[in-house]
Amino acid sequence: MELFGDPAQWLPLTFAALMGLSILIYVVLDGFDLGVGVLFPLAEKAEQDRMVASIGPFWDANETWLVLAIGILLVAFPTAHGTILTALYLPVTLMLMGLILRGVAFEFRVKAPDKWKPLWDKSFWIGSLITSLTQGYMLGMYIMGLEVTLFTQAFAAITAVFLTVAYSFIGATWLILKTEGALQLKAVKWAKGGIWGVVLGLGAVSITSPFVSDRIFDKWFSVPEIFLLAPLPLFSGLIVALLWYALRHLPTKNDSWAWFPFVATISVFVLGFFGMAYSFYPYVVPEQLTIYEAASAPESLFIILIGTLFVLPMILGYTALAYTVFRGKATALSYE
Amino acid sequence: MDTLILSRIQFGANISFHILFPTITIALGWVLLFFKLRFGATGDEKWMNAYRFWIKVFALSFAMGVVSGITMSFQFGTNWPGFMETVGNIAGPLLAYEVMTAFFLEAVFLGIMLFGFSKVPGWLHTLATFLVAFGTTMSAFWILVLNSWMHTPAGFEMRDGVAHATDWFAIIFNPSMPYRLVHMLLASGLTVAFLIAGISAFRWLMRDRSEEVRTTLRFGLTLGALLIPLQILAGDMHGLNTLEHQPQKVAAMEGNWETRSNVPLVLFAIPDEEARENRFEIGIPNGASLILKHKAEGIVPGLNDFVAEDGTVQHPPVAPVFFSFRIMIGTGVAMLFFSWAGVVLMRRRRAGVEGIPKMMLIALVPMAFSGWLATLAGWYTTEIGRQPWLVQGVMTTKQAIADVPAPMVASTLFAYLTIYAVLLGAYISVIFYLAGKAAKGEPVSVRPSAGQATANAVAAE
Repeated sequence: MELFGDPAQWLPLTFAALMGLSILIYVVLDGFDLGVGVLFPLAEKAEQDRMVASIGPFWDANETWLVLAIGILLVAFPTAHGTILTALYLPVTLMLMGLILRGVAFEFRVKAPDKWKPLWDKSFWIGSLITSLTQGYMLGMYIMGLEVTLFTQAFAAITAVFLTVAYSFIGATWLILKTEGALQLKAVKWAKGGIWGVVLGLGAVSITSPFVSDRIFDKWFSVPEIFLLAPLPLFSGLIVALLWYALRHLPTKNDSWAWFPFVATISVFVLGFFGMAYSFYPYVVPEQLTIYEAASAPESLFIILIGTLFVLPMILGYTALAYTVFRGKATALSYE
Repeated sequence: MDTLILSRIQFGANISFHILFPTITIALGWVLLFFKLRFGATGDEKWMNAYRFWIKVFALSFAMGVVSGITMSFQFGTNWPGFMETVGNIAGPLLAYEVMTAFFLEAVFLGIMLFGFSKVPGWLHTLATFLVAFGTTMSAFWILVLNSWMHTPAGFEMRDGVAHATDWFAIIFNPSMPYRLVHMLLASGLTVAFLIAGISAFRWLMRDRSEEVRTTLRFGLTLGALLIPLQILAGDMHGLNTLEHQPQKVAAMEGNWETRSNVPLVLFAIPDEEARENRFEIGIPNGASLILKHKAEGIVPGLNDFVAEDGTVQHPPVAPVFFSFRIMIGTGVAMLFFSWAGVVLMRRRRAGVEGIPKMMLIALVPMAFSGWLATLAGWYTTEIGRQPWLVQGVMTTKQAIADVPAPMVASTLFAYLTIYAVLLGAYISVIFYLAGKAAKGEPVSVRPSAGQATANAVAAE
């Protein structure tokens, strides 16, 4: 342990990084399957089955990253976990109900009697929508330092809409990758409609965050930081421009480049995430509690870290296996 | 009602709803692996048909377990922040290991197990089935380690009011862990045994005479008959372990107020905590002394030992523990009767399912969910029996409560209860719907699949 210097310094940082990684993976992975759920009512009946088929084998594992992220918050920063979740009591509960409604709908919509199917389809859509909206709302409240005022709630309402649009956008790019024919054309159309939301959302968060606290403002707008950080917004802008260009030309004749919007969107998510992580470090509860103050005892963190080093590569390995097994265009789900 | 009692009801409702589904998936995963391996060994289509039917129940149960489980992981923070602040150094790593070694394993391979049958080689599909079963069992292992540690904490020291781990081996293999884990795994096995027997009986009553239903009915009853004696033994050992570490819980289970010898086994009573005595007591003389101390004059601890001099009650509420315990035992006795009677009747003159009278088949249908009743009653016994402690001797439940206004908890509680009631109704009715469809030989679910229709038509003869 001494090898890397004081464990009370590097252990909290390591776990903050691991938690950040889990949140990032969650936002990308569950982001696309929630997004597919939000787009659900825009499609025809047969297309809806294909949309569910494109996420059916993955959604459960995707949601597990949320459990891991909240688990790391719980185990590595227990006081922060309590503070954040108590402050967000109602939106958290609403989100959980959304997750419940959509999660069980995957099963019920194909197993319950036919007459109930429209109801479970509705529950799938509404559940996905509630989950996305509440996650966006919580993101907004978190950026605003968990303070409840009319202004912060209005800001959170805006991030709620933008995150939902962002999820729908990455959902649409996933469908471009995983479907063909009329549905793929529709997905391109949805993505074209959603890209503006992504631009506005990124812009709103990027512009607002620095003005929430002087600390964040100084972190971005002092020399030399401003030059070192300049690539972050510049690359985001470039990728969005490429996305916009690609969406105008997709789908191509031989379906080449169908992967591009999805991969490009992931890069935008990653860049945006790094910008936020940079703003908030070293705080885990904005402006209140740093990761060093909130961290668990080093001996407990260390025993989790050992397990993580062994298990995380395995998790990534078999997750890759699952995505390989179900690669290519989505086919009808069957237990056969 | 105040925030404490509302939060307790909410947590109780959440975890009660949640445990229904892991209780099924833990054992059903292994049963599916067994069906698949039997098909591989015999080539008999009936095993594959059984696999095809029960994997649907498994998928549905798994989804219910996942969504209610995610809820659990948030409840700690939203309602019980004091828990992690005080014992987070112990509970944290255990929960982390559950997520890392169990949740991802089962979630990722579930996709391959459910939808990968025609996409991956047979061995990989069997391996995926094994890993899902293994993952659910690992999950049970870690959560029971933590739960047992809350009953019989070990391997830690308190510094400034916060628990710090000193010996992970002692934490994991804490005194009640082996008993509790075995008791729970057997409970899961029994739940699935009776679920399979009950649903198969239902299909039989719907005139399904397929080889598949004959096999699964026999399989369910036989599994039940094998596991119930083991469960009685494990339960007895768990009880003796509890007597050693949490005597006040055993005193409440037995409804015994005074520490004394020749304590009767109380079959029925209404414990009256005001008067501190039992009303309408019917008991077997010396019974409790014989069971707990193996001799008639054995001294059994009483509840009055756990009242402080200032009158503060330090034992659990008696009536809920007392009655839950009797419901669990009663259900266990019914399980013993039905499984053994069923096996004997089927074996007699090699009568098979035809040897079981219709009345008994009808009675087996509600028994499909007897495992749920026994499991919940057992959990209520042990968890209410731990009160007023959250972690025995370390912190009380009250100390962990969040500072959330009571009306807010009341409204979320109401929402949860509504959603759970609807989902439970939908779950049970869909299982019977699937069973009814299978009995009629109709294709079950997974709509665009012609192959399945043929398979089911063949199965229905």
